[in-house]
Amino acid sequence: MEAVQTYNRRNRINAQKFALWAAMASIMMMFGAFTSAYIVKQASGNWLEFSLPQAFYFSTGVILISSVLLHYSYVSFKSGMERRYRQFLVMSFVAGVLFLILQYLGWTDLFDRGVDMKGNVSGSFLYLITGVHALHVIGGLAALTVAMIHAFALKFTVTQKRINRFELVLHYWHFVDVLWIYLFLFLMFKK
Amino acid sequence: MANLAVHEEDVLIKEQGYDDHFHDHHHGDNYQSGFLMHYVFSMDHKIIARQFLITGMIWAIIGAAMSVVFRMQLGFPEESLTWIKPFLGKWIVVDPATGVGKLSPEFYYALVTMHGTILVFFVLTAGLSGTFSNLLIPLQIGARDMASPFLNMLSYWFFFLAGIVMFYSLFLSTGPFSGGWVAYPPLSALPQASSGSGAGMTLWLVSLTLFVVSVLLGGINYITTVLNLRTKGMSMWRLPLPIWAFFVTAILGLLSFPVLVSGFFMLICDRSLGTSFFLSDIFIAGQALDRVGGSPILYQHLFWFLGHPEVYIIILPAMGIVSEVMSVHARKPIFGYRAMVYSIMAIGFLSFIVWAHHMFMAGVNPFLSNFFVVFTLIIAVPSAVKVFNWITTLYGGNLRLNTPMLFAIGFVSLFISGGLTGIFLGNSAIDIQMHDTYFVVAHFHIVMGVAAFFGMFAGIYHWFPKMYGRFMNETLGKIHFWGTLIGAYAIFWPMHYLGMAGVPRRYYSFDTFDAFRHFTEMNKFITVFAIITFAVQLVFVINFFYSIWYGKKLKVKNPWGATTLEWTTGIEPIHGNWPGKLPVVHRWAYDYNKDEREFVPQHVPLKEGEIGDH
Repeated sequence: MEAVQTYNRRNRINAQKFALWAAMASIMMMFGAFTSAYIVKQASGNWLEFSLPQAFYFSTGVILISSVLLHYSYVSFKSGMERRYRQFLVMSFVAGVLFLILQYLGWTDLFDRGVDMKGNVSGSFLYLITGVHALHVIGGLAALTVAMIHAFALKFTVTQKRINRFELVLHYWHFVDVLWIYLFLFLMFKK
Repeated sequence: MANLAVHEEDVLIKEQGYDDHFHDHHHGDNYQSGFLMHYVFSMDHKIIARQFLITGMIWAIIGAAMSVVFRMQLGFPEESLTWIKPFLGKWIVVDPATGVGKLSPEFYYALVTMHGTILVFFVLTAGLSGTFSNLLIPLQIGARDMASPFLNMLSYWFFFLAGIVMFYSLFLSTGPFSGGWVAYPPLSALPQASSGSGAGMTLWLVSLTLFVVSVLLGGINYITTVLNLRTKGMSMWRLPLPIWAFFVTAILGLLSFPVLVSGFFMLICDRSLGTSFFLSDIFIAGQALDRVGGSPILYQHLFWFLGHPEVYIIILPAMGIVSEVMSVHARKPIFGYRAMVYSIMAIGFLSFIVWAHHMFMAGVNPFLSNFFVVFTLIIAVPSAVKVFNWITTLYGGNLRLNTPMLFAIGFVSLFISGGLTGIFLGNSAIDIQMHDTYFVVAHFHIVMGVAAFFGMFAGIYHWFPKMYGRFMNETLGKIHFWGTLIGAYAIFWPMHYLGMAGVPRRYYSFDTFDAFRHFTEMNKFITVFAIITFAVQLVFVINFFYSIWYGKKLKVKNPWGATTLEWTTGIEPIHGNWPGKLPVVHRWAYDYNKDEREFVPQHVPLKEGEIGDH
């Protein structure tokens, strides 16, 4: 029966984490479709060029900082630093909200400059892509809210289960961050 | 095999199984034992599989009944349809002078659209892959349940909700969406385009978006389960073929459905927010629309980027099921197991780079078409590998010609006949003549409609004892098989001829076309067989529900003498599937007639010098 022992279950990666990664691949495909449609549409002409609103540059910085803050919170959690874990978690959440506010300011700025949803399709694409991304950030904020409830309502213990849960939020939050950077660079260089 | 009591443990599993301490928590038989939690909000994969199956069957009956109604219009345009007025109400327009009732043209288009949508998405995607992925993945890989039973439950309920929304749209006063199942703009983007383009299209979009959520939740779960929850010893190369098929199917769905959703979002913007993604300044009743520069072709690209993988999402599970059923009932190992797996992967990969062959005549650059022609024709290679392997599996086998086996063989027949016409249509030059004719209708109905149904029927007859602890009736099953096989060929064979003669699809009537007038008799023939085939399906439905309660009882654990793990559970598997430990796998899934043993289940240890992999 020794032979059996060599075949081990290879579930070294947590199943929920794996499922999240599969979901991310799926979201990537959706944004891939948006940006491909953007390129195809742009190539067929009748394309209005405009520069991205300043607020988007700030929001890019803010979402990056938010990601870093959450990572610090995670590291603090793993090393048992309760206060820093909570502080950084809340700060990361606040930065997430600030990101959405900046996105909104960016949209109003664009609207005031005459780029609206109904006009040239380049504007429609910008609102659609950044809007759908914002929806995904809202989803991330919901997950962060759950994480905060855990942080303040549950007794502080570092267990593998809670590390896994935290990692789910962390990975998703990093994902919407990286996704935004991709979209931001795309919209900046392919305008 | 001895007559085992329902919950008696397999000795092999008891002695050599893998203990995951699942039953230490004492939720075994009392888990979700109330009616509501057990049958409605169940999180057990076996119940969810049955929910998918029965919901799919209800949709199949609705969708097929629709096709009978529009076939009546095509076959017998002169006959009065007043007698179905009680069901269809105002959609049957009765001439007050003569009393002759006619199907209204708007509703004809709505029926064609709904028939396509329902069959492609609700029946052959959710009903087929939803049912069997849920039932078989945990049972065949030796898992207690899906990776996330909760997401699995949500997957069913999103599908159910999608169904409710679509069902509701059938009763709108303006009718359901009527612009074809592909929902091309401008018919789908302009609410004023046709009677079904208003509220009908809105509900269609809502329903399908919910449906995509269901597919994604299911797919994420299937992939995660296959990769993470295999029992000890179950390496990827020991997986039974249905699992490989479901796995690749789930990957295809996960990567292609989001692209459809992005198209839907843009369509919603065009419909409600006045954008010009797909609409341009087209003229409607002499008035130019106030949109500029949109491209309807862009929608077609996004749609078919899903749409083509979708046909493999439909056919791959059927292929997997057929491989398993055929090997079991031919009492032979599947021929070329690895070739089968590689061809599933190759088909999955190629399915992403052929989508524009649906658009050869839609204004795609002909030079670009060449690329898509080449890759489309290359799909014939892995498909032919599979057909060859099925036939060689049958060759020299000790065939049991029972109903599941007949359906599996029927699948191969249909897949060959339908696949060959795919080679015609894959050529962009031939497509100039063939596109949008009944040749296309015949091709895809045989190769992905009827063939996928045959795979599904093979699976239902084969795993019915596992699902309900009883057998389905063999005589009724054989009537069902022969009726469906003969009926399907009688319906679709003449359609090739119609298509070559140029008869266009989706037309309400051919009265005004002299060129198509002499096909009246052929259309009658097709309609008569459509009605007969529909009636034969009712035999199946009766057989199915009768057998759930009154079928011949299953007395042994492994009635077919199969090697896979699902037959090592109790006769009616409990929550958690195995009463004690999990079985440990020592060999691949197809050890039939090996070393003078009729079959060797996967959890039987290897003998001295025996090899477990192939």
